[in-house]
Amino acid sequence: MATVSIREALNQAMDEEMARDERVFLMGEEVANYNGAYKVSQGLLQKYGPRRVVDTPIAEEGFTGIGVGAAMAGLRPVIEVMTFNFSLVAYDQIVNHAAKMYSMSGGHFNAPMVVRGPGGAAHMLAATHSQALEAIYTHIPGLKVVMPSNAKDAKGLLKSSIRDENPVIFIESEMMYGDKGDIPDGEYTIPLGKGQIVREGSDVTIVSWSKILARVSAQAVEKLASEGISAELIDPRTLRPMDWDLIVESVKKTNRLVVVEEGWPFNGVGAQISHEVSHRAFDYLDAPVVRVTQEDVPLPYAHNLEKASLPSVEKVVAAVQNVMYKA
Amino acid sequence: MSTASATAPKSAKADPFLGLPKETLLKWYDEMLLIRRFEEKAAQLYGMGKIGGFCHLYNGQEAVSTGSVGALQPDDYVITAYRDHGLAISKGLDPKSLMAELLGKYTGSTKGKGGSMHFFDRSKNFLGGHAIVGSHVPIGAGVAFASKYRGEKRVVLCFMGDGATNIGSFYEALNLSSLWKLPIIFIIENNKYSMGTSVERSSSVVDLHKKALSFGMRNGWVDGHDVLAVYAAVSDAVRHARQTYEPSLLEMRTFRYRGHSMSDPVHGHYRTKDEVEQTKKLDPIDIFASLLKKHSVIDDSFLEGSEARIKALVEETVEFAQNSPEPPLSELYTDVYKESEEA
Repeated sequence: MATVSIREALNQAMDEEMARDERVFLMGEEVANYNGAYKVSQGLLQKYGPRRVVDTPIAEEGFTGIGVGAAMAGLRPVIEVMTFNFSLVAYDQIVNHAAKMYSMSGGHFNAPMVVRGPGGAAHMLAATHSQALEAIYTHIPGLKVVMPSNAKDAKGLLKSSIRDENPVIFIESEMMYGDKGDIPDGEYTIPLGKGQIVREGSDVTIVSWSKILARVSAQAVEKLASEGISAELIDPRTLRPMDWDLIVESVKKTNRLVVVEEGWPFNGVGAQISHEVSHRAFDYLDAPVVRVTQEDVPLPYAHNLEKASLPSVEKVVAAVQNVMYKA
Repeated sequence: MSTASATAPKSAKADPFLGLPKETLLKWYDEMLLIRRFEEKAAQLYGMGKIGGFCHLYNGQEAVSTGSVGALQPDDYVITAYRDHGLAISKGLDPKSLMAELLGKYTGSTKGKGGSMHFFDRSKNFLGGHAIVGSHVPIGAGVAFASKYRGEKRVVLCFMGDGATNIGSFYEALNLSSLWKLPIIFIIENNKYSMGTSVERSSSVVDLHKKALSFGMRNGWVDGHDVLAVYAAVSDAVRHARQTYEPSLLEMRTFRYRGHSMSDPVHGHYRTKDEVEQTKKLDPIDIFASLLKKHSVIDDSFLEGSEARIKALVEETVEFAQNSPEPPLSELYTDVYKESEEA
């Protein structure tokens, strides 16, 4: 057992996979000479050279397309986007090409690639640099979407993502690269599509992921515990495919569900979770599902407005009290 | 290479056929005729409602396909846009599988998943069939990246229409390919109109090959009606790519006889009937046939025999396609995700 930051965990995952498989390469803006805009690729250039750790110009559509082509031709690209906000420039390559390739080619060509980088709001970066975009990727059949909330999962899930035969959208948290956690010694992977119960509880299920789980929902659970409410906290870890059974079984036990996410409410990931649970556990629900999301606006710059827009411990506690009919 | 190569092969005095063996010349003639007759049949079937969706025909551009792919080895790659029937035939995809695909059948190139615009065949290194204009150009560069990454000498021919040279992905791909020295040849099939908008109305530079100059890339234009000129220019670019990993850009000046797709008329408002008829006098198949006859490589009986052979072959594709089953409904959820080994 070692204690490492999420940054180091991700770095170890790429390092191990590059050592294990010659086909794996890392490409993106500032990944090589600069050692990564967020230092996730620290040291990889020195170890693997410029053939496998490739700096690109600022051309997301171009180098993501290079990734799609390289994947079709048998390589395993890891494409780093400096932030997921910029992945929108490459959305055509991801949605129209990577996601469609295996199906549209009738199984002739798959696109085994990872598009990874930080997502979500940091601090006062305003509307274009603060987006939680997981919902627009989970919408697309052909993509897998992974969002780790801690160092152990970050490493194990990234290794699985690199080995996966499909395009994987791997969204890290811009704020959490320095957050430390224990990881097992030696080789391990965590399968995609398997969530975990972070904390067992009996009164209400809270589903949350990434930074919002680690920094908001987990704290809310503590607070609720001090108020005598036992919340079960679930981290799906992979948003597509979603571990529906884990969530549904939990709701069958607690009879109440709150979904907490950083993205916007309209067609958010929580909307799908709410639907699925309404469908599969309708008779078990003692209250309508309640969602906590970012407010339905482009995120403002001013600190107080930014704070007001994002999910908070108070909002989660209020949502739980709501489904407990204690509000 | 930086100058026009349109007349280069014709001025090769020693052998107008560039030293190519007779079998190759005859094969090329048959192949161009097959593409023409295949497309005519596709038009007919489209008119009968047997082919759905969008269907972009290749009539008039056959020399580009045959001459270009003729310069490749089988393990080289081809990637193109949605006007992909001709190139698929040239790259050796089974015409029966292509006709079946057009009819949405299970025996089609992609089992009925892709249709006219999305032909693929891994065994032939044919990477599509892509229908978002310009988006496949970086993908082609990625295939070339993989070839160089593995230290191979395989090259990529990346075809696109003139309209694709106005979108950003084209420029990003050219820059990255030149910057990283990727073994790819970008081939613009300039048929003068992106749908209904002429090159003059859509591009600030009408000599499209000159767009490569901004990236320090070798470039030239070629008479796309002349299969031998196409072959010579692409061969040169392929040789250079294999030796140096450097990309090239070639502009093939060609013409499509049909509308942009089967959904629009042959000329419409954007070009005149006269322009279409005049250009048809430069028919690439007729030009090649005349040259072969002039040099006594073939005679009229070969042409008649070829016509009969190709007609029978196309009929065979139709029969195969029509007798093939539709994809079973169980195919709906196949090939969305590829099974991954337990990580």
